[in-house]
Amino acid sequence: MPQFQIIAGVPLTWYLTLSAVLFALGVAGFLFRRNIITVFMSIELMLNAVNLTFIAFSYKLKQNDGHIFSFFVMVVAAAEAAVGLAIILTVFKNRQTLEIDEVSSLRD
Amino acid sequence: MDIVLFLIFAAIAVVCALNLVIQRHPISSALSLIGVMAALAAIYLQLGGEFIAAAQLVVYAGAIMVLFVFVIMLLNEGKERKAKRLLWVTIAGLPLLFVFVVMIHFMIVHILPPSESVQFGAFTDGTAGAIGTKLFTAYLLPFEVTSVLILIAIVGAIVLARKEVD
Repeated sequence: MPQFQIIAGVPLTWYLTLSAVLFALGVAGFLFRRNIITVFMSIELMLNAVNLTFIAFSYKLKQNDGHIFSFFVMVVAAAEAAVGLAIILTVFKNRQTLEIDEVSSLRD
Repeated sequence: MDIVLFLIFAAIAVVCALNLVIQRHPISSALSLIGVMAALAAIYLQLGGEFIAAAQLVVYAGAIMVLFVFVIMLLNEGKERKAKRLLWVTIAGLPLLFVFVVMIHFMIVHILPPSESVQFGAFTDGTAGAIGTKLFTAYLLPFEVTSVLILIAIVGAIVLARKEVD
């Protein structure tokens, strides 16, 4: 058994576990929700979880390359949000629904 | 002190993320997502990422979420209906996600040395100056490519969302 000792800072593993928990919640939202906007927000949550991993490893390696990568992830998320929400608007204009179960003509 | 701050903000992030998944109305989910992003910005600050914390608040919580809230208001959809789904999918899915998290935690704990700990102020390379210097020297080409990406996204969004002209 590891002995309990007073540690000065937060263990790095806690950050990575928090990131895993947030990612799992994003996956849950992506799979369980039916509203297309909520599904989209779950994707944003997953991107945020990955960003946290980048920043945590950037701290561990004492290099700021991870910060730049998470900056690029933010840029991609912004572009994705713009295009994705435009697609959602078009889908709603054509079908008057946001339920992903009813927008399944690609599957049929 | 570091641990207390981390636990507070991690708890806020996890509770808000749970709320995002549980709430049935999209506007509640959007507000919870803003909560997650604000808590994550504080955690970035603890890890020494001043610039990223600011960018998180400005770009994510500010710009992207306003876009989301705008679209939710525009479409004015109410609560989503209860989905008809097989019972065993719901029963099996959540424990599997829990197993996923536990396995990742197990791997993380075994790969990383346990002595690694984070102290506020130990890493000072996350300032806007340090990031900007690296962004405009070592990462200049990727940075320029993102501007093309943003341009394509703008054009795509306009083409998709404009009114059809007959």
